[in-house]
Amino acid sequence: MTKVTMNVNGRSRSGEVEGRTLLVQFLRETLSMTGTHVGCDTSQCGACVVHVDGQAVKSCTMLALEADGAEVTTIEGMTNADGSLGVIQQAFQDYHGLQCGFCTPGMVMSAKALLAENPKPSEEEIREYLEGNICRCTGYHNIVKAIMAASGQQVEPVAAE
Amino acid sequence: MPKDGGIGASTKRREDVRFLTGTGRYTDDINLPGQAYVHFVRSDVAHGRIRSIDPSTAEGMPGVLKVFTSKDFEAAGGIPCGWQITSRDGSVMQEPKHPILAEGVVRHVGDPIAAIVAKSREQARDAAEALEIDIEELPAVMNMREALKDGAPQVHDSLDSNLCFDWGFVEENREAVDTAIREAAHVTTLELVNNRLIANPMEPRVAIGAYDMAADSHTLYTTSQNPHVIRLLMGAFVLNIPEHKLRVVAPDVGGGFGSKIYHYAEEAFCTYAAKVLRRPVKWTSSRSEAFMSDAHGRDHVTKIELALDADHNFTALRTETHANMGAYLSTFAPAVPTWLHGTLMAGNYRTPLVYVNVKAVFTNTVPVDAYRGAGRPEATFQLERVVDKAARELGIDPVELRRKNFITEFPYATPVAVEYDTGDYHATLDKVLEISDWAGFDARLEKSRARGKLRGIGLAHYIEACGIAPSNLVGQLGARAGLFESATVRVNATGGITVMTGSHSHGQGHATTFAQVVADMIGIDASQVEISHGDTANTPMGMGTYGSRSIAVGGSAMVKATEKIIAKARKIAAHMLEASADDIELKDGAFTVAGTDKSLNWGDVTLAAYVPHNYPLDEIEPGLEETAFYDPANFTFPSGAYVCEVEVDPETGKVEVQGFAAADDFGNVINPMIVEGQVQGGLAQGIGQALLEACAYDDDGQLLSASYMDYAMPRAYDFPMFKVDSSCRTPCTHNPLGVKGCGEAGAIGSPPAVVNAVIDALHRAGHEIPHIDMPMTPNRVWSAIHGGAGPDKDGETMEERSVGA
Ligand code: FES
Ligand code: FES
Repeated sequence: MTKVTMNVNGRSRSGEVEGRTLLVQFLRETLSMTGTHVGCDTSQCGACVVHVDGQAVKSCTMLALEADGAEVTTIEGMTNADGSLGVIQQAFQDYHGLQCGFCTPGMVMSAKALLAENPKPSEEEIREYLEGNICRCTGYHNIVKAIMAASGQQVEPVAAE
Repeated sequence: MPKDGGIGASTKRREDVRFLTGTGRYTDDINLPGQAYVHFVRSDVAHGRIRSIDPSTAEGMPGVLKVFTSKDFEAAGGIPCGWQITSRDGSVMQEPKHPILAEGVVRHVGDPIAAIVAKSREQARDAAEALEIDIEELPAVMNMREALKDGAPQVHDSLDSNLCFDWGFVEENREAVDTAIREAAHVTTLELVNNRLIANPMEPRVAIGAYDMAADSHTLYTTSQNPHVIRLLMGAFVLNIPEHKLRVVAPDVGGGFGSKIYHYAEEAFCTYAAKVLRRPVKWTSSRSEAFMSDAHGRDHVTKIELALDADHNFTALRTETHANMGAYLSTFAPAVPTWLHGTLMAGNYRTPLVYVNVKAVFTNTVPVDAYRGAGRPEATFQLERVVDKAARELGIDPVELRRKNFITEFPYATPVAVEYDTGDYHATLDKVLEISDWAGFDARLEKSRARGKLRGIGLAHYIEACGIAPSNLVGQLGARAGLFESATVRVNATGGITVMTGSHSHGQGHATTFAQVVADMIGIDASQVEISHGDTANTPMGMGTYGSRSIAVGGSAMVKATEKIIAKARKIAAHMLEASADDIELKDGAFTVAGTDKSLNWGDVTLAAYVPHNYPLDEIEPGLEETAFYDPANFTFPSGAYVCEVEVDPETGKVEVQGFAAADDFGNVINPMIVEGQVQGGLAQGIGQALLEACAYDDDGQLLSASYMDYAMPRAYDFPMFKVDSSCRTPCTHNPLGVKGCGEAGAIGSPPAVVNAVIDALHRAGHEIPHIDMPMTPNRVWSAIHGGAGPDKDGETMEERSVGA
């Protein structure tokens, strides 16, 4: 067992890990931060996306040891300082970009990385960027809309009543 | 204009806040003190005899608590099947035992042989490597037609054959249908495969068993769509635990699509092992494990014949299907190709004679059961494909052929035993033609042509039977359970309400929509209403969520319970206002004596119910809590019309969906935003089936599509923005909300629309291709255009190994 320390959502967190412990296991099991999800074992679904030193990373493909000393941001760190939903989170709610919520943490973290890179992405750019995030519930329609809206672009409102 | 937060409003979902902040509570997020972890050792061969299992090395490994085999479950029952089908000859279906751990024989890749429980997940996994199992591999049978031949390998030695049942429906119509087809002016015939799929909710299954020695009671946390059903099946049939000693909790569940309806061996294992080991036992499925242990869906091979008279009226329909059951019967498996399929074969049309024959077959594959739509997509697919083919053969417009044969008068009793209460098929057709800009297709076709692409447009209609119930009917049809729903509405002293429903949300948004209904009925703010579900300890008996039944059946139970609440509250108000209950009106959360300004707030009355100082105690009890059970009079019959527009690259065979429009009639709609989201998600699954997804086995029974590397899950770039409309509304006549259910529609109506569009594109380019099986991969489409095996030979081998074909 080795001790690792990382800054998670602005707080220094430490724990003992095995060499094979994945970052996602460290977050979920050692730190009990269960917002980050595991949806596959071939690093394809993106449910586990977090940011490590500002980069979107699939936390199921990184060892906890590799993140020693890093700045890690997870879904739990995405709210505003007052606890209200951040811009992307709010857009996901406003545009019904989630159903079961399981892919959602990864989607939000990927969306955040996309907008950092490309603040006004086109619909096509969003769809391409989300290649590594699978959602089985929404058909992606409202996820794409939510990300467009979060980037300040005009989108059609949700269902007419 | 609907009231804010009331029925008809696109109220934002309250549950989103926890899901968006990482504070949801999914089963894998639960960890109990002292919990141990189980790792299942699964068969890597499709069929084999277990010669021996030597646990001694594994048992000595660090952290290992116990190695379980079938010997540990001698007192337990098998995993039960909830539906019994009777064959044409009057015999009941063959029903093999489905043990928790394999008893001497393994019957599919993934069949659990042994289970190792250790203090950590890694220790359990490490010990699994050391478990010595000697298996004699036996010949496996994958293909259904092969399985029915004499001399085929037998999946179960204890059965007479691999035929589970041979079902005819409606058997009395058989001869009349044969005659009508023989004498028809035109008969269109089509053979097709409804490809085997894997539901793939993004949350893999999880089970945690716990045992409380002091109370001698069990708790199971599980990723289920219906915790009460699991309690009943597991308690009564498998582990012999009375229901009052067994609590089943299904907290936040990350999608289901049918695959989390069934009772699975892992649930029974964890529940049982927790008692043996006196500590909680947790199992978290890996995705790879999910591919070979979650029930699969579809896998039908069908021949359909449609007879028409000289005026193009449909006169008869005959369909013959082989339905793959896999190696064992999953909970609802026998119902899917029969009652959820045969009863929908009339579709939206006035075909007077219909005959459906289904042979259900055991093979050495993972059990197959309901997947989003369950039987209805299979019915819709073959029907809408054959109607399109008939139009093409007769040289008439597929839109007009459908219009000519639509059912227009309701209620309508079909020749396949169901009665449609309401519908307006011309209305949804008109709407979909409008929103898809069907009329503008030619201009788009020209543009595609200019770019060297083929373009096609395809239409499909669907009808589905939802709100799965009524109990007396499904009982006659072989269901071993009732299919009602229940709800308890608990009004607290200060007026806030907790509704406990037997329905279950795994993404559908019950917490929001169910609250909208109750708030609207009473006239209070929706924030005053909380929805509780998923725990047998605090909700009344429930049958859960599947078959688009939540709002139609569970919602109706809640309405009935709320009506009882209102009736009682009105009596209390009458007493307090010194008026007759008949004169009391409830509006906007206030009780008023009609024609006066004498009025009480909701909270005044609820407080009186719990502080009954001034209260008619001799007439009514204090308190304000009511339960209702609701068992509907009929299924509901949502319907709709879908249009898909595709572009095909003739060089590569790649199909791109350029547009998709859906016009659905769900009856009344509680929350249009959520309804549209359900349709969009269903469309993605249906388009995925049509173009991408295939569960493929090789001839030896190895699962080739066993991870997201090989199973093509639809991604965001596979779709355009959808056009979804639910403004055509013919309310259901037999439930109090007039709702029909919307969860499965998208997955039911879309596959034939996509295939019809691709076939249309090919025909417009002069390729007279009658049919291409799903998934219409580039390779298959290219081969259809150019003949031969296609550029990607490996790809073809893989597809052709799709089990049923
Ligand atoms: S869990 Fe990391 S990509 Fe699926
Ligand atoms: S919301 Fe369920 S997987 Fe995306």
